[in-house]
Amino acid sequence: MNVVVCVKQIPDPAAPQSLEAGTNTLDRSGKLILDDSDAYGVEMALQLAEQAGGGEVTLVSMAPNGETSGLRTALAMGAASAVLVSDDSLKGADALTTAKVLAAAISKSQPDLVVAATESSDGYTGTTPVQIAELLGLPSITFAKSVAIDGNTVKVDRQTESGYDEVTSPLPAVITVTAGVVEPRYPSFKGIMAAKSKPVETLTAADLGVSTGSPNQEITSVDDAEARAAGEIVVDEGDGAQRIVTFLEQLKVV
Amino acid sequence: MTIAKIWVVAEASETGLTTTTLELLTAAREFATTVEAVAWGADTATHAATLGEYGVSTVHDVGDIGDALPGAPVAGAIAAAIAAGQGPDAILIPTSYDGRDIAGRLSVKADLPVLTNITGLVGGDSLTTQHPVFGGTQIVSAHFTGQGPGIYVIRAKSFAPEPSGGAAAAVSPLSVPDLGNTNAAVIGSRHVEERTGPKLDEAAVVVSGGRGLGEAANYALVEELAKLLNGAPGASRAIVDAGWVPYSNQVGQTGKTVKPDVYLACGISGATQHMVGMKGSKNIIAINKDQDAPIFTVADLGIVGDVHKVVPALIEALKSR
Repeated sequence: MNVVVCVKQIPDPAAPQSLEAGTNTLDRSGKLILDDSDAYGVEMALQLAEQAGGGEVTLVSMAPNGETSGLRTALAMGAASAVLVSDDSLKGADALTTAKVLAAAISKSQPDLVVAATESSDGYTGTTPVQIAELLGLPSITFAKSVAIDGNTVKVDRQTESGYDEVTSPLPAVITVTAGVVEPRYPSFKGIMAAKSKPVETLTAADLGVSTGSPNQEITSVDDAEARAAGEIVVDEGDGAQRIVTFLEQLKVV
Repeated sequence: MTIAKIWVVAEASETGLTTTTLELLTAAREFATTVEAVAWGADTATHAATLGEYGVSTVHDVGDIGDALPGAPVAGAIAAAIAAGQGPDAILIPTSYDGRDIAGRLSVKADLPVLTNITGLVGGDSLTTQHPVFGGTQIVSAHFTGQGPGIYVIRAKSFAPEPSGGAAAAVSPLSVPDLGNTNAAVIGSRHVEERTGPKLDEAAVVVSGGRGLGEAANYALVEELAKLLNGAPGASRAIVDAGWVPYSNQVGQTGKTVKPDVYLACGISGATQHMVGMKGSKNIIAINKDQDAPIFTVADLGIVGDVHKVVPALIEALKSR
């Protein structure tokens, strides 16, 4: 079974973030890493391919500056190859344009299953995977908390407000996985070494025949949000719990 | 100047229209002359009275979608209306599991851009959207520049729901075009998980746990404290990612937005990811061993201490009352 995993390389969430002057889009010019959210999709894809008795896991990604270090992390986990769409015209691309680019890249490999995270950790738009499914004319099941393959069918427990639904879909299909569904493996030393020589194909939007056009949304301003008034911060001297009780009493919660 | 017509995608649960739907209807009334809803399911007519109360003149009924997921059929029906020139000027969709599916599919079908994670709207000839960034410390304002109705995906608790007292909405069928393979996913069975307390996003008190709890087993303390306070247990992304608790407990940017009367953060440092989902709470109490933890910048009461000591002591104190 061949699986494509959509992955995103993002600015390290632990590092200070800023908006670019002029465009007010997130500054992604620094080093990019594999989005933590995507490690679950990569792991899920590797496990499903193994359970199906073989097949390849291919990564598909879009990045503005030819960045590949995040892709190498996922390759080190065990993915076979990667396709990176990198193009100056894609800088600041919206979710729909991103989906058009990724869908075009995915359709080249005709996978049985496309896996993505429910949303990225930097932009967190959360619509791109379903947009990809619609562009490819495929069914989709989002917010998967467990995934199994049974012949030509994918079976998913899908998160709902009140619990979960058991949902099935014929393959090929697009699924999105929530964090914590599987435990991502740490790349082994052997995996890290092997990743260095795994193929990463770099394409432009034009190679894929996708016209990027001008963005149809714009940021008009960035303002400071109203700050909360400073509270009382105290070091626990054994009275911390009592202070909380007193505060809850003042609020008439207890 | 106002917008002529807004459609709100109206979601219902077993107990009626969702709160977020009512919030969006309230907002839509402020910005548009005409507010209409799009709903689906076998019993849309039963919601007509409530929809009318919230200012809806007509509800476009997609009808019974059977065991299909709503994304493809609802988006298909709306896109067909837009293509036929019968669409609105703006479409408001709740940020929910199904809402995002509908928004994504609709965006492609109608070739329209989508703005998500909206927490505020400003009216006028067209809508300006507000999005919190960097843990909600800054607000980005944006708008659509192209033609056609914009798709706005709005987070829960962005507006206060307020009925306007209108007559029941007229129900008008909205037909679903052929969806081909895109509608092939089928719900086999639905499972309702037992919940003893209030829902996370509706609870007056939320007690959340984070990495500072040390290990998964200690989350039981958070659950016990939540129960004692008639609240709901929540979680930071870190412990959801670690597999300690399910995604449905997650508070934050990639989880739920909560605005309880009291938010009690136990062993949560306050990553920007988390803060954006809870800093709208009326009162915030934080327990963390690191006095420089960002969570203390939003706390009304901060206890710099060990959650393993403070939380059990708090549980004992509440039990002995």
